[in-house]
Amino acid sequence: MEPIWIVLIVIVVLVAFVIFIYNGLIQRRNVVDEAWNQISVQLKRRHDLIPNLVNAVKGYMDFEQETLTKVIEARGAAVSASQAGAAGAAQSAQAENFLTGALRQLFALVENYPDLKANQNVLSLQEELTTTENQIGFARQHYNSTVRDFNTSIQTFPSVVIAGMFGFRARDYFQIEEADAAVPTVNLRDEPPQAAPPAAPPQAQA
Amino acid sequence: MTASPAPTTFFREIARNRRNSWILIFVVALVLGALGGAIGGATGYGWGGVVLALVVAFFMSIGSYFAGDRLVLLSSGAKEVPMQAPPEQYKQLLNVVTEMSIASGLPMPKVYVINDSAPNAFATGRDPKHASVAVTSGLLEKMDREELQGVLAHELSHVGNYDIRFALLVGVLVGSIALLADWFLRFTFWGGGRRGNGDNDRGGGGAAAILFLIALVLAVVAPLIGRLVQLAVSRSRESLADVSAVELTRNPTGLARALRTIADDPEVLEVANRATQHLYIVNPIKSFENRAKSMWDTHPPIAERIAVLRGLAGQFGQDPGQIG
Repeated sequence: MEPIWIVLIVIVVLVAFVIFIYNGLIQRRNVVDEAWNQISVQLKRRHDLIPNLVNAVKGYMDFEQETLTKVIEARGAAVSASQAGAAGAAQSAQAENFLTGALRQLFALVENYPDLKANQNVLSLQEELTTTENQIGFARQHYNSTVRDFNTSIQTFPSVVIAGMFGFRARDYFQIEEADAAVPTVNLRDEPPQAAPPAAPPQAQA
Repeated sequence: MTASPAPTTFFREIARNRRNSWILIFVVALVLGALGGAIGGATGYGWGGVVLALVVAFFMSIGSYFAGDRLVLLSSGAKEVPMQAPPEQYKQLLNVVTEMSIASGLPMPKVYVINDSAPNAFATGRDPKHASVAVTSGLLEKMDREELQGVLAHELSHVGNYDIRFALLVGVLVGSIALLADWFLRFTFWGGGRRGNGDNDRGGGGAAAILFLIALVLAVVAPLIGRLVQLAVSRSRESLADVSAVELTRNPTGLARALRTIADDPEVLEVANRATQHLYIVNPIKSFENRAKSMWDTHPPIAERIAVLRGLAGQFGQDPGQIG
């Protein structure tokens, strides 16, 4: 075979190889973005569930109005923090954490009301909130899996070469900062967290 | 209680199981190749026999591939749980399946309930977009939320690891071996077209006779080997599903407790039989399950499965002593 054909074949194979790897990297990166959005979806689900919960328990827990109000306020703070978008991610995480603590306190209080504990509405809402907490956790876990997958791709040979050529950068894992990791035992007489200067959130990279 | 195995991570366990199942597939392919080669050489049909066997086995399996899940669900009397407005008693089941769907990144499968007091579960479907999971009403009653999550993580892992497809691949290979061996034995003992009484009229005497003998031996032995390897593959994929479940839940205890509960339950699952036993999380045929360490089992022994989960406990800060 003439050398020119050999060269052409080699070039075609190389180009095909590059395309294959590039597409793989794009796919993995998109999976990461989708997983990140999933987390927000789950958080929003929780925001939406809370008013129902509070309404269900309101009639029974006359003495706990303050508690219920604090839960509503914590939810409000979390909703507005989430509307700040990517820039307020750390602050949002903090607000969500506070809300988790408030809800746990509320359910601890529910233990003291036998009527409430047996109430079908409350039980099914409790299940809804349990599953929502779990879904938030799993969404974050899945996000981290996709990040691990993507980061491994752009760091291992041979895709590291292609990644470098086209400017793929590693993504950050979702991490709850140390201070927030220990869910605060919320005294429901505290104020929910107000606007605070955001720490560096996981930036969306190219 | 058996001693804990050396602590390990689920990444390593998953890799080991995948490697083992592919090695086993390679062994089956080798057996098929040896049988095909011997028969082809002895009969003079060459590789035609192997190709034909593969094609026939493939078409025999194709129905199972596309409609197998519906068949299995029908024959077990499974009733689908509607996603919209589910009955109150199945809401938690749907929630747990949703949680595992999110954790795995797989689409939500169809969920079915089988009305039987024996606790068990299975997954079916050719790929994640066409998957179904089924649980018995007994399972829902006897498991708490953590155990249910472990079981469903195991089932969804079967879907995510494409185990149904994998089993079909093995089935086609093993089926080809059985077909080929069967044809050859009939051909030999009931008289074949051009060969008469098995006289060697091609010439070449001794070598051809030896080849024929080899083919004969293989024809008897190969289907047996194929079946044993198929069962080994099944056990390997069950182990893989256990460890993949831990990757999803990050909680070995849940699944371990669930396995213990299912194993200790004396009830027999009425709708299961030999044809469907391999699909369930624990072999529903009690006499099979109770035999220790048999190479004829579709599932590893429960004690061994729990021991593997115990080995993973350290990775999650759980106490291995509490498991099993």
